[in-house]
Amino acid sequence: MIPFELVPWLSAAIPAVLGALVLGVLSAPRVRLIAAAIGALAGGLGGLLLTAPLGFCMFEPERSDIDPWLGVALIALGAGLLIWVGSLLMRVIGGQTDWRTAVMGAETPGLFRRARFTPWVLLTPTLVVLALFLYYPAFDNLRLSTLLARLGTDRTAFVCLDNFAKLFDPRQNYGQTVYATFFIAFFTVVIGLALGLFIAYMAYQPVKGGSIYRTLLVWPYAISPVAAGIIFNIMFNESAGIMNHLIRLGGGTPVQWLQDASIAPWTIIIASVWKSLGFNILFYIAGLQNVPDDLQEAANIDGANAWQRFYYIVLPLLGPITFFLIVTNITYAFFDTYGTIDFLTRGGPAGATSTMIYRLVDNGLNQRDLGLAATQSLVLFAIVILITVVQFRTNGRRVSYGA
Amino acid sequence: MSDQSQPRVIPLRPGNVSDGEFEFAKPKPVRRRAKRPAWLPKRWYAHLVLIIACVLVGAPLLYAMLVSTQTNAQVATFTLAPGTSFNEHLNQVMVNRYLGEFMWNSVLLSVAITVGKTILSLTSGLAFVYFRFPGKWIIFGFVLATLMMPTEILIIGLFRFVSGTLDWGGTFQGLVAPFLASATGTFLFRQHFANLPAELSEAAQMDGANPLQFLFRVLIPMSWNTIGALAVIQFIYSWNMYLWPQLIMQGGDFQVVQVGLRSLLAVDTTIAYGPLMLGAVIASIPPVIVFILLQKQFMSGFQITTDK
Repeated sequence: MIPFELVPWLSAAIPAVLGALVLGVLSAPRVRLIAAAIGALAGGLGGLLLTAPLGFCMFEPERSDIDPWLGVALIALGAGLLIWVGSLLMRVIGGQTDWRTAVMGAETPGLFRRARFTPWVLLTPTLVVLALFLYYPAFDNLRLSTLLARLGTDRTAFVCLDNFAKLFDPRQNYGQTVYATFFIAFFTVVIGLALGLFIAYMAYQPVKGGSIYRTLLVWPYAISPVAAGIIFNIMFNESAGIMNHLIRLGGGTPVQWLQDASIAPWTIIIASVWKSLGFNILFYIAGLQNVPDDLQEAANIDGANAWQRFYYIVLPLLGPITFFLIVTNITYAFFDTYGTIDFLTRGGPAGATSTMIYRLVDNGLNQRDLGLAATQSLVLFAIVILITVVQFRTNGRRVSYGA
Repeated sequence: MSDQSQPRVIPLRPGNVSDGEFEFAKPKPVRRRAKRPAWLPKRWYAHLVLIIACVLVGAPLLYAMLVSTQTNAQVATFTLAPGTSFNEHLNQVMVNRYLGEFMWNSVLLSVAITVGKTILSLTSGLAFVYFRFPGKWIIFGFVLATLMMPTEILIIGLFRFVSGTLDWGGTFQGLVAPFLASATGTFLFRQHFANLPAELSEAAQMDGANPLQFLFRVLIPMSWNTIGALAVIQFIYSWNMYLWPQLIMQGGDFQVVQVGLRSLLAVDTTIAYGPLMLGAVIASIPPVIVFILLQKQFMSGFQITTDK
């Protein structure tokens, strides 16, 4: 075991060496020394960024098994962040970006030059609102995640990373929450996109009354998640709902749409797909209208059948839109289903439809455990960052239409 | 304007702005062909699929409308004809359960957020495109990063700040203020302005216009489609807000319609299906109408960031 006294030194030194190596190797030989120095500084400070404010408590000898690993993760996170910032700095120093441009923004035609304070006047309201209502609460969440804090009392106690460790505790069943979230999100996306593409493929060509069809298909986008929850609640009601009535008419056995733990997630998925279908159709139609006719015509002449034309020509050309729809649908399934779930199942039965956001609100505001809820919000935050990073990366690879 | 080095705008929820490489247009004017090309699906076939899709998509709403006119007994016997209690339900929902008042509150809330967001997005878009100032990229990054901070995630900290620190619990400003600034809107206008020719601003400056005159006389008249796009997205978003008003308006007398629907669940000891469905239908009318009317602007908002 490493003695506790050495921990602060190690959590600065190891990332510092790694940072120096990474930035040193990545930069041009001319500036390698400066890069290594910046990398060492960034890595060292980054390693301390998230651990030092907590007094390196997760490495104390008496803590549970999982805490040191969470501590290592925090070191990696902080170091990664600052090394990334350092790499941006290196672009300026290495001459890839002019420093005046980096500080002031690009010199473009049409700028208002004389007004020095005007941009600040224009930006201040936006910056103030963002700082007060997004940045400060985010910071507060970060602080709360290390505290035992209850809604309604001012007293708090520092608990290091216990809230994070709780999420890994089988008794908390957070795994089930994560599973339910991804299950609902996955099938909402897959079914919604497949169905949307199929209908759009039928609708995109100039049929008579195309705009009427379009309007009749897209309106559920504007329906609120709450209204969708109410409508589906009554439709899927076990005794009075029309769905079970239709099943009985067909001679089947009624389904416990909302009470059966293995079926309730599917009811949520059906409601979500219904609400997002119009949106998917709208965008697939827009995308299909940009698939050049001559490509399909040429493939047809070459003897490709309808399925081959769809699979080898249309589908690849729809890549960017599909990607965009996947992201918007995932975020919809993650966050906007809250109202639907609250009116359909209230997270039940036995937590089967309790998604991460639903659980967060329930833990924080009903069970009043602010620390645990804040910790969960950091987990969601990490997922959102991941999605965003993937988006930025994928944006480089573009599929172009036509010539 | 070359902005290869700038981060690109990414949507985080349905309704945000994308840079998908596509363009929304009316069905292209198709060259008249003597014969229909063989690679298109047959027309009757398309119509059939479309009609089935429209019916499937519309069925829940049609059923909801039907139920909203029926008594519980009629609902339980699955009568597929309009029931007899529409007027009674309407009165119960709108007057006894204050849904009319809640609707009006929702209108105020949505208009306030939509107008506020549009104004702040216009001014910050103006600042990012037509000015150079120290720290521009840092400020830009500061705004950009908020795309990754949906309010839902921050709800605990936000609730503590607004109801605790500011003591705005149960107030209109507590409901509206957190939503007045928008990274999405800022980028939408930034992208739109950047695509306009630079000569516009040069000519305006030569004529002695100040930035605000330029905004009101030149930019806004050229931006109605973008403004419409942002407005429809934001109106629907704020009309459909549920979690935040539910939290911040506890005990307040200014409740919005989405939360007001909750009270319909407990009209009596048993759920009265008719009034509940009627409430859901009525609450959906304003956003659906706005969406259908501004469909074109809605799509054009997604188009702005496409071409450089």
